[in-house]
This record gives sequence, structure tokens and C-alpha cells, in this order.
Amino acid sequence: MDQTLPQHIELQVVTPERRVVSETVDSVSLPGREGRLGILPGHAPLVSELSAGVLSYGRGDSEEHLAVSSGFVEVLPGRVIVLARTAERSEEIDAERAELAKERAQRRLHGIPGEDVDIERAQAALSRALARLHAVAETPRAGTRR
Amino acid sequence: MPNVLDLRRRIRSVKNTQQITRAMKMVAAARMRRAEERVLNARPYSVQMRAFLADLAARSEEREHPLLARRPVERVLLVLVAADRGLCGAFNTNLVRAAQKYVNENRNVQVRVVAAGRKARDFLRKRGLKMEAEHPGIFLRPVEFSAASQLASEIMEMYSSRSVDAVDIIYNSFKSLMTSELIVERRLPLEPIEPAKGETLVDYIYEEPPAVLFDHLLPRYVEAEVYRALLESQAAELAARMTAMDTATRNASDLLSALTLHLNRVRQAAITKEIIEIVSGAAAL
Repeated sequence: MDQTLPQHIELQVVTPERRVVSETVDSVSLPGREGRLGILPGHAPLVSELSAGVLSYGRGDSEEHLAVSSGFVEVLPGRVIVLARTAERSEEIDAERAELAKERAQRRLHGIPGEDVDIERAQAALSRALARLHAVAETPRAGTRR
Repeated sequence: MPNVLDLRRRIRSVKNTQQITRAMKMVAAARMRRAEERVLNARPYSVQMRAFLADLAARSEEREHPLLARRPVERVLLVLVAADRGLCGAFNTNLVRAAQKYVNENRNVQVRVVAAGRKARDFLRKRGLKMEAEHPGIFLRPVEFSAASQLASEIMEMYSSRSVDAVDIIYNSFKSLMTSELIVERRLPLEPIEPAKGETLVDYIYEEPPAVLFDHLLPRYVEAEVYRALLESQAAELAARMTAMDTATRNASDLLSALTLHLNRVRQAAITKEIIEIVSGAAAL
């Protein structure tokens, strides 16, 4: 066995409000600015910005999904540190609210031309809502809920 | 001499007040526990961010972010963080005194102010100081990150646009239930971020140049620091209110026992007087 390569990843997800995740996991997949990043133990050190999306991590056969918004990630061989503005576990997400937010953002984006719309803000709101919905959709039991 | 009825009325009034102060104490205690927890929960983010910045600083040569720029100080921005409500002992008074002292000490420069909390706004308004921005009501409920983020972007905007050359903040930081520390601190320009050194210097793969990341991270750091100050202030406020209300409740108890004693004396005196009157009336027959 290679002694220099760690077998697990110590995952930390922190937001200004709280520490959301602090666990030892087998793999992490997260939304980098330039595309999705898949991280396994022993990954080369990396830093990146995060965009809004779904952060997934697996441990054994179970997989967890979080909706994260903008932030930063630092990857070390045995450690992943995520600093996110917000991070919610899929079971904490209010799917209905996210759906409404999505529709609202879409309406604003495809609204009447010439109307005063802050495109950037609407887009950010849309991607946040989509991230939440995806995180919920990824979790199997979420579909049977309600 | 007060009569029995007056005393009874007085006692009832003190009792009512005591009920109120006791309830306020309970509420403050419950909220304080949560506020304290939030202070602790916010810590990892600040710490990680600081470490991250130091790492990045070690890897990018030029660090000339507008938030790090030092210039001769001719205009300063003061961020005064007070409470939204009173009845919390010397909490607001101390802040206001510190603010007054600060203004006096900085007579040679132009002082601009931003108020967080209604009491800060009221004080500044009474002083006739013009405010650049005010944030009343952010402490009525648990402080939200968005409030901190807005406040942070205001001060960063003023600093980056060179409207002010430095930003100072005055707030109470939570130490323990009984003590809080008044903090007067320079927030901008930021202290130079010391590059991380030592064993952990690894070569990163960068998705973006370290300098760009550093620039993006810095404002988030200021936000986190402002947020932390607001959380500290709220926890300190609630602790101060709890102690003040506890003292008030105890004072009310003391007052009640004194009044009750007095009432009994007066009542007894009245009865004795009546008996004497009856007895002497009977003797006269």
C-alpha cells in the first residue's frame, strides 16, 4: 500500500453561519467555476472558485448532496475545504420555495424587454434555485416525499 | 404618612414591573445562548478564510488590492455598532462615550460615520453628525449575514472609491456573561496578509491565477469580519441586558420587602390607634 497517499478525504464545508459538513469521505464532486471537479483521495493540491451548484460526496455506498452558492475551495491530498456563502443539505431544502424562486427568476429574465431588470441578479437567483432543485432531485427519497 | 391603600397600590406596581424585568431577563438569556452559539459557529469560516488568504498571499507576488492600499489619512469612516433597544445597562452608553472620544480625538481629520443599530443612529443624529448610511433594526432579530454583507460593501465601496482613507469600527465584543470588551479597531486598509510559511507550502493547481483568487477572496473576508463584529455585538448586548434585568429584578425584590414591612407597620399602627380610640371611648363612658 502506498503510504504517501491518503485513503480518505477530510471534507469541511463552512459558511459564515455554521460548519455544515465535517466528515471523512471517499470522494467529492463539486461545481468549480471552470466546470465540475471530481476529487478522490490523493488529489493534487488545487484551489478554485465555486459556482452555484450541487456538491456531492460519497462515503461507502451512501451519497450526500448539498446545494452551494458562490465560494471557494481548497483541495489538499487528504483534505477538501469549502468556503461557501451558503450550503444546504438536500433534506434542508424547501423544494417548493426553490421552484417558485426559479419561476420568478425565469419570468424576470424573459420578461418584457425594456423593463428594468437586473439581469445579473436574476441569473444568480436562477442558478441558486436550480442548484437547490438539483440537489433535491439527486437524493433518491426526495422524489417520493410529499 | 402614606396610608395603607397607597402602599398597597405601590406594591402592586412594583410587582408588575418586576414581572416585566423578569420576563425580559428570561428572553435575553434564551436569545443570548443562541447568539453565543452563532458567534462560535461563525469562527471556522473566518479562520479558514484567513488561512486560505495567507496561502494565496504566499503564492502571488504583487498584492495591490484596493483594500490593502495605504494612503495618508485625511478622511476616516467610523462604523458605530450599537444596539437597537435600550434597557441593557451601560451597553449603549459606553459605546456612545467611546464614539464621542473618537470624534474628539480625530478633530484634525474629517470623520464620516455609518450607524448600525438604532441607538447608534439616534446618538449621531442628536450630535448633528451626518451619516453616510444607517442600519437600524438589524439587531431586533438574530443578525443576518446579508445585513453584514451590505454594510461591508458600503464601507468597501467608500474605501475603494477613495471617499475615505481608513475605516474604523467601534463595537462591544462578547467575552463572557458578565464582561464585554469595547473594541475600537481599524478595519481598512486591511492588515497586510502575512504569507503562510513553512512545511505546508504546496504547489497548487490554479483554476485561476492566485492573484485573481486573492482579489475575489478579500472582499469576502471583510464581509466575514464585519459579520463577526455584528454577531459579537449582539451577543454582548443580550448578555448586558440579561445582567441588567437580573439586577433590576433583584432590586424590585428588595423594594418589595421594604414596602411590605412598611405596609405592615402602618396597618398595625392604624389598628392600634383604633383600639386605643375604642378603649378610651369606653373608659370615658
